[in-house]
Amino acid sequence: MYDFGLPFAFVVSPNPMLLTREQIENIAHLARLALQPAELPVYQQSLSAIFDFVGELDRADTADVAPMAHPLPGQSQRLRPDVVTETDRHEIYQRNAPQVAAGLYLVPKVIE
Amino acid sequence: VSIHTKTLAQLSKGLRAREFSSVELVRGFLDRIEAHQPMLNAMITILRDQALTAAQAADRELAAGRGGPLAGLPIVHKDLFCTEGVLTTCGSHMLDNFVSPYDATVVAKLKSAGAITLAKSNMDEFAMGSSNETSYFGPVRNPWNTDLVPGGSSGGSAAAVAARLIPAATATDTGGSIRQPAALCGVTGVKPTYGRVSRYGMIAFASSLDQGGVIAATAEDAALILREMSGFDANDSTSVDLPVPDYLAGLDAPLAGLKIGLLKEFFEKGLDPASEQRIREALALYERLGATLREVSLPNLPLSVPAYYVVAPAECSSNLARFDGVRFGHRAKDPRDLMDLYKRSRGEGFGAEVKRRIMTGTYVLSAGYYDAYYLKAQKVRQLISADFKRAFSEVDVLMGPTTPTPAFPIGAKTSDPITMYLNDIYTIGANLAGLPAMSIPCGFADGLPVGLQIVGPHFSEGKLLNAAHVFQRETDWHTRVPELFT
Repeated sequence: MYDFGLPFAFVVSPNPMLLTREQIENIAHLARLALQPAELPVYQQSLSAIFDFVGELDRADTADVAPMAHPLPGQSQRLRPDVVTETDRHEIYQRNAPQVAAGLYLVPKVIE
Repeated sequence: VSIHTKTLAQLSKGLRAREFSSVELVRGFLDRIEAHQPMLNAMITILRDQALTAAQAADRELAAGRGGPLAGLPIVHKDLFCTEGVLTTCGSHMLDNFVSPYDATVVAKLKSAGAITLAKSNMDEFAMGSSNETSYFGPVRNPWNTDLVPGGSSGGSAAAVAARLIPAATATDTGGSIRQPAALCGVTGVKPTYGRVSRYGMIAFASSLDQGGVIAATAEDAALILREMSGFDANDSTSVDLPVPDYLAGLDAPLAGLKIGLLKEFFEKGLDPASEQRIREALALYERLGATLREVSLPNLPLSVPAYYVVAPAECSSNLARFDGVRFGHRAKDPRDLMDLYKRSRGEGFGAEVKRRIMTGTYVLSAGYYDAYYLKAQKVRQLISADFKRAFSEVDVLMGPTTPTPAFPIGAKTSDPITMYLNDIYTIGANLAGLPAMSIPCGFADGLPVGLQIVGPHFSEGKLLNAAHVFQRETDWHTRVPELFT
């Protein structure tokens, strides 16, 4: 038991099984994040601890429980009629763009 | 009496009676904001010229006997509410050059009610934090002791109201980000029911949990602002189409017969004894006011923090995918190719905690882990929600502490994310279940404010504000101002 000195005792081991460096690199790749070499061991430690911590959820019996899809009972996602309602404001929006030409967002060449 | 210690309700009367002008009022609060900025760092952007121009216009309206319910009154917006033509950073390097092309619905509604925006408040980066230490613009300091954190993520809004730099400020709450800083700074904070306040133009963190609300000195002022900021918005697909009650009208209703549930799990080990004493005293006062107390148990509530740290990061990893260095936000220099542009722009633009949450979310949503983490957490969320529903079949409101301890020192919890996450242990449940909740000051422990949390069933904001207001008629904790700022 790891006692955080807080209301609930969590079964979190002080030395959780560490994710490998390759696993961290893979997660960072999927998340499209370039990490500095010094950041890797930090995330290796903290992500391992977090996944160990959230593993606590296994204690709950959820065999007949439906996943919660909306915070309010009986509410579902509202849809609007499929009609154009927006006006063209691209000039205003593109003022925040890092690189624009002729109304287009510029990125490095994708196709050789 | 100085203007800065008056409530919004009193200031509004003073403006209508022409005791002072909106320009005088706005200038007075701007002077306080600027004077204390080096000490508290409560703001990211201060809008002096724009606010004074708006105040002149408000004075003309008031002189003509016109103007909305908030005409000429000053307000501050948390810097994740998009504000047209104004820098809107969300506390991040990623958006430190982002000038919003439009107003969030909350900003637009308060503006049309007559409120004047004086500044954008500091916050944890993308609202991810409980201490305001993750802000790219540096930590906010607690006005009661500047070595301590103000709480987070709405730390700038809470500190500003506590120091009376502004009578009220908008804020947002995903896991406690209104209530926790309100408690640590000794002010009143309301997190409304999910769907009550539009999320349009609120920079998204976790869309099924995020909810905008207000921090003010008193429940009456919170009611005044909440009434104007609430309501249906077609631009937010989760906005609820229900009429907004007049929250001011029911504030004084007697509390005789009010059934208060004490959350058993909140009074078990881990609660600071001096804080517990203040909470027990507050509950005793409610009994004297005619309420009845009974203990209730929410057996699945202990799982709220682990459930939250699956659901919130999962939604964050999706929401923050939009920051790609292409259309807005930070872009890395000299990208080799498109992938390099994405990865380095995001790696440089986001701070350490934001990256940690994005990666946590990416992992729990990735192939092979979705059922074990995300689906499991959504099922546990259902159990927690059912616990609350059962409790509200027996009692009208739930009460307990907002936080386990008063404010802690800057730097004390930054090295261990889980210790920081557990600071929100009492507040996260209401977010998972979409419930309205608030925190009000109920005394001091070792000279630091303690917050009493009140949670109610969906759309019971009026009842919560009523319970808070009647308490504030009987106590003066909400009128206390830290010595440096009197």
